[in-house]
Amino acid sequence: MKTDIEPISSAAGSPPQVRTRSIGRAGDKIFLGLSRGSGIALLVIMAAIAAFLTYRAAVAISKDEANFLTTFEWNTGSSPMRFGIAVLAYGTVVSSVIAMVIAVPIAVGIALFISHYAPRRLAAPVAYVIDLLAAVPSIVYGLWGALFLVPHLTGLYTWFDDYLGWTGILSYQGGAARSLFTVGILLAIMILPIVTSVSREVFRQVPKMHEEAALALGATRWEVIRMAVLPFGRSGIISASMLGLGRALGETMAVATVLSPNFLIETSLLDPGGGTFAQNIASHFKEAGDGGRDALIASGLVLFVITLLVNGAARMIIARRKEYSGTAA
Amino acid sequence: MAKRIDVSGLTAYYGSHKAIEDISMTVEPRSVTAFIGPSGCGKSTFLRTLNRMHEVTPGGRVEGKVMLDDENLYGSEVDPVSVRRTVGMVFQRPNPFPTMSIFENVAAGLKLNGSYKKSELDGIVERSLKGANLWNEVKDRLNKPGAGLSGGQQQRLCIARAIAVEPDVLLMDEPCSALDPISTLAIEDLIGELKERFTIVIVTHNMQQAARVSDRTAFFNLAGVGQPGKLIEIDETERIFSNPSVQATEDYISGRFG
Amino acid sequence: MSNAVIDKSEAPGRASGPAPLRQARLPRWTPYALLVVSAAAGAGIGTALGMDSAFQWGLIAAVVFVLAGYGLGAVVEGGRQARDRLATSLVWVCFLLAVVPLLSLIWETIDRGRTVLDGYFLSHSMEGVQTILPGGGAYHAIIGTLEQVALAAVIAVPIGLLTAIYLVEYGRGRLAKAVTFFVDVMTGIPSIVAGLFILSFWIIILDFSYSGFAGAMALAILMMPIVVRSTEEMLKLVPDELREASLALGVPKWRTILKVVLPTAIGGITTGVMLAVARIAGESAPIVLLVFGAAGINNNPFEGAQSSLPYYIYEQWQLGNDASFNRAWAAALVLIAFVMILNLVARGIARWKAPKTGR
Repeated sequence: MKTDIEPISSAAGSPPQVRTRSIGRAGDKIFLGLSRGSGIALLVIMAAIAAFLTYRAAVAISKDEANFLTTFEWNTGSSPMRFGIAVLAYGTVVSSVIAMVIAVPIAVGIALFISHYAPRRLAAPVAYVIDLLAAVPSIVYGLWGALFLVPHLTGLYTWFDDYLGWTGILSYQGGAARSLFTVGILLAIMILPIVTSVSREVFRQVPKMHEEAALALGATRWEVIRMAVLPFGRSGIISASMLGLGRALGETMAVATVLSPNFLIETSLLDPGGGTFAQNIASHFKEAGDGGRDALIASGLVLFVITLLVNGAARMIIARRKEYSGTAA
Repeated sequence: MAKRIDVSGLTAYYGSHKAIEDISMTVEPRSVTAFIGPSGCGKSTFLRTLNRMHEVTPGGRVEGKVMLDDENLYGSEVDPVSVRRTVGMVFQRPNPFPTMSIFENVAAGLKLNGSYKKSELDGIVERSLKGANLWNEVKDRLNKPGAGLSGGQQQRLCIARAIAVEPDVLLMDEPCSALDPISTLAIEDLIGELKERFTIVIVTHNMQQAARVSDRTAFFNLAGVGQPGKLIEIDETERIFSNPSVQATEDYISGRFG
Repeated sequence: MSNAVIDKSEAPGRASGPAPLRQARLPRWTPYALLVVSAAAGAGIGTALGMDSAFQWGLIAAVVFVLAGYGLGAVVEGGRQARDRLATSLVWVCFLLAVVPLLSLIWETIDRGRTVLDGYFLSHSMEGVQTILPGGGAYHAIIGTLEQVALAAVIAVPIGLLTAIYLVEYGRGRLAKAVTFFVDVMTGIPSIVAGLFILSFWIIILDFSYSGFAGAMALAILMMPIVVRSTEEMLKLVPDELREASLALGVPKWRTILKVVLPTAIGGITTGVMLAVARIAGESAPIVLLVFGAAGINNNPFEGAQSSLPYYIYEQWQLGNDASFNRAWAAALVLIAFVMILNLVARGIARWKAPKTGR
């Protein structure tokens, strides 16, 4: 925390340099005004985002002949319009959950690799490369996913179908692997860097003395991690995952390039179909008329609210952790 | 139980820097041996070579022999994890695990080494806390976090944690330097009791403390900044403080440097 | 004080006598040998069962590696050591699992991108190019990206900087708390939502047409919180002693900030801004909604549709033929190069200009 620094203010009854001081004061006022104004501008933008989206969404939903929440249809070209977000909500949640299930354990593993396992010469470059990979644009992931990952997954999916097809959710009818599961895998690869670097930062902050305490009791490296590192880093891992989840939920172009969408909920995760909020907006935008655009905005508002909730939860966990570890770190 | 330590020709490095050079000494069982010397003389480094904690530091490596009774700690077949299990350690700053309760802290080492019934665990935790003179203060709040105790209590909790696994040797790295005088006194009394069961080695900055608690004292010194630390002499504490055989020891003890 | 000597026989769960220091250990080369064996097993089982996907081979090899390590450890070294070994091999497998797709992505982009990437590609647009034929380039997209990103930075950097200054130098009380909170919230806004906002406000309600500027506004919304966050971090690193020293000389606060605080932190702030630029340069979702895409060169970001590199990649991918795929890869290579250079330069500046008080 910073200390309080008051601007040089009227120290009682010492008026020798009135002129320069009044200039200083005017400058201070202008500067404070500008910077406070910027802060307020930020708040106004946020409020405007919520307000405009809600307004357009209300317009759209009032024209919707079907139930906005439960309809399996996106028909905004005709009037009356019939559209609903059920498929999108399902696809968004399912693909993000798959991404989390794959990415979080691996990311924690990589973070541990960098902080505790890798030879020192390897650790720093690996961390650096992971940070750089966070900067690869999502459309490039999308292109790679569509042209490289998808063809390479058909073999794996056939295999899943052979052994796990009886479950229903992992059956595969063949064809291009442009399914929600593929989206999940791609999203996992995309959020890996961010989850890794946040977790790594947390693991790095584990006080050395707690690790030494465990070592001195005769703990193996894994036991040190379980006794001292993971308990200390748990909330950090959770918030890192939530940040990753926020990214996965809102990812647009990578999903739009990889998924072959429709407005059905397939039982199998491996068969093409389904959609996500963001992908649906990008895919339907060009052909949408005025009403269609409003309908897409309405679905965007739902996405906005979901990501707000997820990110808010992540921030709360981080804030709680700061209080908790304030003395220890 | 308490074992003799026999060090011969021990040299420790941090990367290419030689921290201590060619140290040989014997630490008697069931006694307290104190290491004193100016800052940077390598006494803490030497202490950490006695349970192979030195090699945990990146770049840390050791040459020479440390015999625990008749087993070389640095033998090629020896597992450092077992060494640390046998040679316990208490650190400069109290370091109870922040996410564990008092009970879990004491039981932490036991849980690594096998499964215990709840009643057995209760018994060992109680004995260890009594052994660390902490039982009466914490018996009503064993499930509270260990980080909530005072600094002196935390340090005694760490001692309880270390003795719960029944080590042969207990190493203490300036255990009182972060504590107030009253807590320091409590720890010093405790050391006096513990030496009946353990071989104790204590590093201290405080010469009065060395004089009060130890049976034998080793004086370490270094020739200059960047030079490796060396053992100057080791003898009965009384002798070191009254009539040391090396001039440097006398200079240090009488406060002429360091 | 009860000081009962604990008899060793009372300490259960432990082999009689002190723990032996010697432990049966697997030789140091075990993991490497296992690696070879499991790679062979992966390839062997894969071929035997007629699987043609390298993914399956890799997965089999990984599973064999982890299980064999655990099994060997459990037999030779005992449970605790085996669990340690298991954790170690899992961590290494995680690392490899992550590195493989990431390397593949970089490799594919470079390998496929360089086929059509040349001076012609960088200096020509798609105007009049038959999309299924080779030829054409991304010049118009590069112009679009540069203009949109520059405009976004012009909007976002001053607001972001001033907000950060407000939070660090003045911020107290409810307003500062609200701003801090909403900056966090803003960081999490999906780019498509920022695009929808500008769409509803600028294009639907104010009735402007699609333009590079509309896209830039959405990018600015995405950029602001990143600039605020990184600038805030840097300003907090400036030691209070510096501020106090300046204030004690009678320098007004605003001049202290401009002449003392900002110059001290300028390296880090520049880094933050460049990283933010790199981040938004790769954004495509708002561009799809607001800039609409064009085949020809449009140098005016305020009037009419433009293109941008991310949009160009998407567009060429959608065309779905080999010539357009090649163009998409080439543009991806250009974009990655642009973003990576920004990143590397930014990190270079950070290292070079890092405040000496940092850590």
